[in-house]
Amino acid sequence: MIFEYAPAPESRSVVQLRETYDLFVDGEFTPARSGEYLTSLNPADEEELARVAVAGEADVDRAVAAARRAQETVWGRMSGAERGKYLFRIARIIQERSRELAVLESMDNGKPIKETRDVDIPLVAAYFFYYAGWADKLAHAGFGPNPKPLGVAAQIIPWNFPLLMLAWKIAPALATGNTVVLKPAETTPLTALVFAEICQEADLPPGVVNILTGAGETGRALVEHPGTDKVAFTGSTDVGRQIARAVAGTDKRLTLELGGKGANIVYDDAALDQAVEGVVSGIFFNQGHVCCAGSRLLVQESIAEEFLPRLKARIAKLRLGDPLDKNTDIGAINSAAQLERIRELTDTADEEGVERWSPDCDLPESGYWFAPTLLTGVSQAHRVAREEIFGPVLSVLTFRTPEEAVAKANNTPYGLSAGVWTEKGSRMLWTAERLRAGVIWSNTFNKFDPTSPFGGYKESGYGREGGRHGLEAYLG
Amino acid sequence: MVWRPTLAERRENKKKDKGAAKAPARLAVKKTYKLYLGGAFPRSESGRSYPVTSADGTHLANASLASRKDARDSVATARKAFGGWSGRTAYNRGQILYRIAEVMEGRHGQFADQLVTAQGIGRAEADRIVSAAVDRWVYYAGWTDKFAQVIGGSNPVAGPYYNHSAPEPTGVVVVFAPQDAPLLGLTSVLAPVIATGNTAVVVASEAAPLPAIELAEVLATSDVPGGVVNVLTGKVGELGPHLAAHADVNALDLAGTGDQAVEFEKAAATTLTRVLRPGPETDGGEEAWLDTDPGTSRMTPFLETKTVWHPVGV
Amino acid sequence: MSHTATAPEATTNHALRAYLYGLPGVDEVGARSRAQDLSTRSIKTTAKALAIDLAISMVDLTTLEGADTPGKVRSLCAKAALPDPADRTVPKVGAVCVYPDMVATAVEALRGTGIGVASVATAFPSGRAHLDVKLADTRRAVADGASEIDMVIDRGAFLSGDYLKVHEEIVAVKEACGQAHLKVILETGELVTYDNVRRVSHLAMRAGADFIKTSTGKVAPAATLPVTLIMLEAVRDHHAATGRRVGVKPAGGIRNTKDAIRNLVLVNETAGPEWLTPDLFRIGASSLLNDLLMQRTRLSTGTYPGPDYYTQD
Repeated sequence: MIFEYAPAPESRSVVQLRETYDLFVDGEFTPARSGEYLTSLNPADEEELARVAVAGEADVDRAVAAARRAQETVWGRMSGAERGKYLFRIARIIQERSRELAVLESMDNGKPIKETRDVDIPLVAAYFFYYAGWADKLAHAGFGPNPKPLGVAAQIIPWNFPLLMLAWKIAPALATGNTVVLKPAETTPLTALVFAEICQEADLPPGVVNILTGAGETGRALVEHPGTDKVAFTGSTDVGRQIARAVAGTDKRLTLELGGKGANIVYDDAALDQAVEGVVSGIFFNQGHVCCAGSRLLVQESIAEEFLPRLKARIAKLRLGDPLDKNTDIGAINSAAQLERIRELTDTADEEGVERWSPDCDLPESGYWFAPTLLTGVSQAHRVAREEIFGPVLSVLTFRTPEEAVAKANNTPYGLSAGVWTEKGSRMLWTAERLRAGVIWSNTFNKFDPTSPFGGYKESGYGREGGRHGLEAYLG
Repeated sequence: MVWRPTLAERRENKKKDKGAAKAPARLAVKKTYKLYLGGAFPRSESGRSYPVTSADGTHLANASLASRKDARDSVATARKAFGGWSGRTAYNRGQILYRIAEVMEGRHGQFADQLVTAQGIGRAEADRIVSAAVDRWVYYAGWTDKFAQVIGGSNPVAGPYYNHSAPEPTGVVVVFAPQDAPLLGLTSVLAPVIATGNTAVVVASEAAPLPAIELAEVLATSDVPGGVVNVLTGKVGELGPHLAAHADVNALDLAGTGDQAVEFEKAAATTLTRVLRPGPETDGGEEAWLDTDPGTSRMTPFLETKTVWHPVGV
Repeated sequence: MSHTATAPEATTNHALRAYLYGLPGVDEVGARSRAQDLSTRSIKTTAKALAIDLAISMVDLTTLEGADTPGKVRSLCAKAALPDPADRTVPKVGAVCVYPDMVATAVEALRGTGIGVASVATAFPSGRAHLDVKLADTRRAVADGASEIDMVIDRGAFLSGDYLKVHEEIVAVKEACGQAHLKVILETGELVTYDNVRRVSHLAMRAGADFIKTSTGKVAPAATLPVTLIMLEAVRDHHAATGRRVGVKPAGGIRNTKDAIRNLVLVNETAGPEWLTPDLFRIGASSLLNDLLMQRTRLSTGTYPGPDYYTQD
């Protein structure tokens, strides 16, 4: 018999979108000086969601000045305990408005409601809750008896986890007494703007959080503005390089969370069903728009023949479609540009003779979609094994011995994440010890927690976000 | 900035010179100063050298003038040594660093003589600097098996997972040694790099490279595996751009780069090489490095944090 | 090599151990998380209506009490044949499940309904009896008309590493069943680890089980979602290796429609839609049926019914 799941869409009615959103500077929504706007689309149907102001240099000036004023007159002088209470209050409001934020995030980003509801938004609240508690305990964090805030932080976040990345940036910065000017991504600005409303609702002093929307130029102006003390960026390695260059020679501190090409190593003694799950969530979670995605499967050759059919069978069960449907596993690609990049890179695999497989899967007619894709017969030399695709595309490679697995896993300029699947504890630790990556998921993948430091080796960036370690980036 | 003797000290030295005989009773055997690469002391592959003089201009020795090729080789040999050195137990690294202190102590007088001659400082001051340098190795010998506990730890994640964060060495570190602090300054920047399991390419003080080579001789006889520390003498302006942009270098300590720090930091950006900018010690001479407890400040810039998750279940 | 290959022909305890320990392990946290993830599937409207009817047809309506009487069994059988007197479109249940001494009563009560009688046997629920007693128990139930036998394995033997004894008992009971279908109760709550659940599932299938069943209902935890998930993976793998489809029966603790639908989702996405039939999936339950009926009414009428409108047996 056929058991078709009927559509189970989450209601959009919890979201009240305004037609236009202005910049959030000094506690108020104000238009950009230029009067320019960009439009944020729903990538699942290309419908226009709202118009959002584009900040220019003059707006960056205003925002940095407001942040400086707030840091020097209010926020930096406030006791840690009081700062913490603001953050606790923000965490609570996020919990109260969680369904609204989850639905809006799915609409603006294209990711499944299952993920925004069960992963993104609960983690956003958790990060604020975690760092709130640090605000009056900084002397015990291991950075000296009297650690000081840096001042004003310029923060630029990507579109793959819009509100979660905002939380990773803003929560530790505020807990440590810094004020921020944050620029959300061009294609996913809306939850950040609702967050601005939450700051108002929490009576956060004006200027402590400033949100500037816009595209690359806005980001550049913010990074290059001489009035900030700190730059924190999450995004592509290419932009990361530019920022590192721009910050050289200044006194600004810099942390970067960049790209990755994570290896997921499956040994022949792995718990196969869980390994299949982990490989699937490793690459198809959030459509593969994850810097720490396990985009290279390294499976031991002795079980490859058994593992791949299981993997394919599992991928065939993935449900692609309306991000707001509660049963959707794979949502929309975030933008036309990203879709183009995924297509272009995946096409090189065809040209290089790689075997490509996708399950039968109807793609919606409007919106940006890419079917889950498995590339087999991939070697280290192929572009798809070296470059970050940032989409639902998994390259499959094999290895014969643990040494070979580690060598292949490390054979990349990136070093953000890696996975290890084995039932043997000593082999797990041996492998984890040798992998040159900042996060090793063993018998699990794509897990995040506010207490757990996250960040890369090599060209995946520097600095850590999360945990006690995450405070260091904001303390002098 | 080079350590300069006071006027009074120079007069004192001149007086000694006047009293010296024209031909010594025995001709001293002078040392040829070479590079330290992969545990050996080769000349620069370029065959070049440059004169090193004392503060008052007396010729002391010809130091090897390292080339770009030497720099490349030193990065390769440091990379090769990284796996073994970082794989040693922390206890073993501590033993070796302590051994460095022991051997250095035995050559205390020689290091002091060299500082007096080369830097033109008084004997008492030279003794104090050498003692501080020996003690610095002892200090970091003690850190090798403690920093991981201080910096790392387990994280109480909200789920059935064991979650642990531990620091690991970043890899190959290029150390531009302070220009005006050729022994204590050099020790202060080098010791934390290797204490944490990194391997190092040291670009010695350009004007005062001899203590760095003396130190290399100590390292070579202290159970430090070849390649863990490599010492280049030569010009920061020639070697620096090449090393800063080298894709197989993981981090730079820019202590001795002076005006070129910004240029090197920009070059490092291309491969996201970690950078430790010059600190408040800059231009302060050996005196600036006397703090006996610098803590983890010079270790954390060369450490990565690795976080490992594992489910907890039956 | 293949993890799902059949065990070697010559059956010794050593060979069985090697076979069972060659199966891939199960990571407890991963298995729980997969089951949890599937339990968030949202089954609405038409899919829900379909699922409810399917679930009703899979129910093994059960009474296994020391206080069971012929009267109680007859009333249960009446319920099985006509779950909702007010609605004749309700499908009939999968079977009625009773103790061996009630088989004759149940068979008599169900005559003409097409509903089979399942009997627990082999010194249910502990299984602590001699093999000849277990076999006599089984033969008598079959002789009285049981078309399905739910045996319990010797958990003590399994936990002590005597896999051969477990295997041989199943083979012997299977033979005693004759034409009756054999469901093998693993009592996973006593085996504790998911590795054991996987191993014992394969052991039972290899010995000839037509169904593998989670629990007696007398031990907690009974049919948890992760346990059912692992058993579904086992039947899927057994089919891939041998071509034979073995059924799965979670029993105990499935009390409402939501639980039942979660089980069906698990079947659909793990073993596959081929298992969505009473021939290959059953749910051992008693109170579940009324909740399914109430939800069925609610779906068709749009109003919430009360429990007094459904027969208590």
